[in-house]
Amino acid sequence: MRWNNIKWNIDVIGKTKVWFTISGIIILAGLIALFTMGLNWGLDFTGGTVAQFDMHRTVTTTINNEITNILRSNGVKESQVKAIGPNNTHVSITTPSLDDKTRTAIINELKSKYKLSDNDLVSSQNVSASIGKEMQFGTLLACVVASLLMLIYIGFRFNFEMGAAAVLALIHDILILISAYALLRIVVDTPFVAAILTVFGYSINDTIVIFDRIRDNIKLMRKASYKEIANVSVNETMTRSINTVMTVLLMLILMYFLGPASIKSFALPLLVGIASGAYSSIFIATPLWVIFKDREGKNRVGNRVGNKPQKA
Amino acid sequence: MMRSRGLAKFLSVIVLAVIVAYVAFFGINAGNYSIKPVQDSIRLGLDLRGGVYVLEQAEGKVTQDAMTRAISIIRNRVDSLGVSQPLIVQQGSNRIRIEIPGVNDPDQVISYLGQTAQLKFVGPDGKVILTGADVKDSKAVYQTSQAGVQEPVVTLDLNSKGAKAFADATGKFVGQQIAIVLDDKTISAPVVKEQITGGQAVINGMKDFNEAKNLANLIRGGALPVTLKQVEYSSVGATLGPSALKASEEAGMYGLLIVLLFMIAFYRLPGLIADIALGIYILINFIVYALLHVTLDLPGIAGMLLSIGMAVDANIIIFERMKEEMRAGKSIRASLDAGFRKAFVAVFDSNITTLIAAFVLFFMGAGTVKGFALTLIIGVISSMFTAITVSRFLLKSVVETEFTKNIRVYGA
Repeated sequence: MRWNNIKWNIDVIGKTKVWFTISGIIILAGLIALFTMGLNWGLDFTGGTVAQFDMHRTVTTTINNEITNILRSNGVKESQVKAIGPNNTHVSITTPSLDDKTRTAIINELKSKYKLSDNDLVSSQNVSASIGKEMQFGTLLACVVASLLMLIYIGFRFNFEMGAAAVLALIHDILILISAYALLRIVVDTPFVAAILTVFGYSINDTIVIFDRIRDNIKLMRKASYKEIANVSVNETMTRSINTVMTVLLMLILMYFLGPASIKSFALPLLVGIASGAYSSIFIATPLWVIFKDREGKNRVGNRVGNKPQKA
Repeated sequence: MMRSRGLAKFLSVIVLAVIVAYVAFFGINAGNYSIKPVQDSIRLGLDLRGGVYVLEQAEGKVTQDAMTRAISIIRNRVDSLGVSQPLIVQQGSNRIRIEIPGVNDPDQVISYLGQTAQLKFVGPDGKVILTGADVKDSKAVYQTSQAGVQEPVVTLDLNSKGAKAFADATGKFVGQQIAIVLDDKTISAPVVKEQITGGQAVINGMKDFNEAKNLANLIRGGALPVTLKQVEYSSVGATLGPSALKASEEAGMYGLLIVLLFMIAFYRLPGLIADIALGIYILINFIVYALLHVTLDLPGIAGMLLSIGMAVDANIIIFERMKEEMRAGKSIRASLDAGFRKAFVAVFDSNITTLIAAFVLFFMGAGTVKGFALTLIIGVISSMFTAITVSRFLLKSVVETEFTKNIRVYGA
């Protein structure tokens, strides 16, 4: 057996408790963080103004305070002034949504005080509170519609036990993703939403591959228990599950480490969500299917399952 | 016979792909026919080339007619800035989305675009003498002031109704001030020295020629029929965009390289074929972007890179199936057929769920993620074609050449 042709033999089902505990701990910690600290919502949802300047000097605490004072003198009480970029020579100023007049006044004051040109305003963004509200609603609606469509698809594609296991695995992935964001205090912006929906679509793939194999093996292994069938199917498709997700993860890792800020904001949640999706297909969805089947009847009863002929 | 035919088929696909790639990236000019290189047809987003994006919302109840007029007035104003490829479109019932590339001072642009441009001449009694609607033409010119210096002014050429009202008022208010008010702000209040009957008026007190030019443009373009409020804007400086483009190109290049090597390491000959198919896949993507005039922004690049990682998934599913068949003792040709046939459903499935999510995102997501959804949709659909059709055809032709019976070459 060579390295690229490993024959897998993991007792996935026998260690069900281990997998469930690992996921349970992460999700529990995430939920505690979610309910105590909430999510770190970004500009897209809360509304606000952010501007970044190239200051051409190290942004010290003194400069930081000076900027805060300039903001105060223009009637902006809440603000967050942060040194960013290489050697802290850039500054990022976040405030509640400002009207055009106040913003122009502040920017002009900063420009003249620190002798900055138009080009030193590296980027600026404003989202009014009303747009933020709309975005929250629209996002929620999009997630609901996507979930419904995915449920319809799963219902059409799987029988009941497999469908239920697949849906629970999907919920698991979303919870892991939200937990990661709540625990690590990562800013939640529209790319996060795009990632959630993509994970919705992508993480079901591995589950489909494994469940299709289970359906095939139910017919081939007439005397075997559900546990054995599940274990054999997971191991037969293991290389495939790992490799399909590996190519995507490799790409995402490079996007995260080499890409600019806005590419990073897409890559990170996708990285977490897709890794979790691959994990959950093997270690959550498949054991759940065995639990559901075993609950239905202690031993296998003929060929009642696997009534759909698709194979992969 | 079979063997040479296999080789011919294989080479013909490669040659065709190279020709298409050449035409796509360099374009051709032959007689009446010319094809532009794809990179000239793909618009780069503002986040990649710098510029300002503004979403303006009309206040109160507005009619579609008022919105259409407002858009055409804004288009005139943007055109007067002399920028290339601006984008002005209506969004929803009461919003206007404006994208202007390559602007240095976003705030000046925003305030210029949002001006209602309600021009009024008001007499000392507070009564309106004439409005912007009475102005036939307006120009910015240099005029010699009383002090003898050249100063920029805005000339107004009034229509007959305006000329008469102006003549009456200047006759009545000799020695008094007439205020010239733009959007409730007095920009100039000259003292009337004598009655003006020619239908010509001048606004002075301009800061520079640029201001005079902008004001003349605003007056000539007419007043906005609606009051616009900026609800969202973002601006990217000229330096940030290109560096972001360079960084994402780098990430994409290295990512692609790793995926290519990964496939060869794991699947040997089929892996190499999948890599060729991936090259054709990227080529197809760029051609589709050009045909659909896709605006490629950073989210779009994120979607494109993600889809490159996903594109080989179908090949992995197929090749793993092929390996299983070979290990079960089937011939290479039979394994290939069985692999493609049996894996098809799984490949189709896995793409459908991703497509469902991407379509929801495209139709319901925020503007900032539409680019991501679009490139993902294009990527998923074209990968289904290349991973199944192209790689199958190539792999079949290679098998037909019968250059080896060693299944290790096929990764098994």
